Amino acid sequence: MEVEKEVKNKVLFVRITGEVDLKEADRLRREVDEIIENYPVKDIVFNLKNVNFIDSSGLGVILGRFKKIRSLGGRVYLASANEKIKKILELSGFFRIMKGISREEEVWEEKTHEA
Amino acid sequence: MKHNYFNLTIPALKENIGLVRVVVAAFAAQKDLTLPELDDIKVAVSEAVTNSIVHGYGNNPGEIKVNGYFTEEGMYIEVIDFGKGIELEKIREKMVLDPEDEHPGLGFLFMQSLMDRVEIVPMERGTKVVLFKRILKDNRTV
Repeated sequence: MEVEKEVKNKVLFVRITGEVDLKEADRLRREVDEIIENYPVKDIVFNLKNVNFIDSSGLGVILGRFKKIRSLGGRVYLASANEKIKKILELSGFFRIMKGISREEEVWEEKTHEA
Repeated sequence: MKHNYFNLTIPALKENIGLVRVVVAAFAAQKDLTLPELDDIKVAVSEAVTNSIVHGYGNNPGEIKVNGYFTEEGMYIEVIDFGKGIELEKIREKMVLDPEDEHPGLGFLFMQSLMDRVEIVPMERGTKVVLFKRILKDNRTV
């Protein structure tokens, strides 16, 4: 798993490549939390375009960050999931609590509506 | 004709979850399964092995056995640990998504949803999870 992080206008983009299972979950959690704690982050966009495997361990990390961000008044977006990942996200009910977007840039449109 | 099978024994290390996924997917690919079906099997197996490591052994050292075999009906994958065992009641309670819980029991939900049958067998010591995927005869021919 590789993780690329970028903070732009208080939105943290987390671009994940590879497989996210128990082996990688702790590192993903640490890497995201480090940014949340040290930079002004309001919302998070998880870009899942290049994720080719995720299970409940990976989803647990996303859910944990969702709780954190929500308690601070922010939102979590799930961007660019392919069909296989989308199926898992749908089964888990994540789209009921987090917003799915087809490209990460769409977060700016979402935020315009919010304002 | 003798049906194919495999037996795999691994230490309960999280590095091995991906290994089991690859082995099971390669085994399953001997049959005419679609790519989405293979993906479903990989997630279900990943959850079973993760449960053994995290709940069975509580992240302590242990051994996990993974057995796979085909029957006339389909494919069986058994994931066996010799850890502290799981309480079936707890699993049922945890099947509901709880946003306050970082480990929301999604693993069992995935196994149930992605496989055709899931059996959780408490043993004297440890737990056996049996996953079954139906394989239709002449899957690809009309």
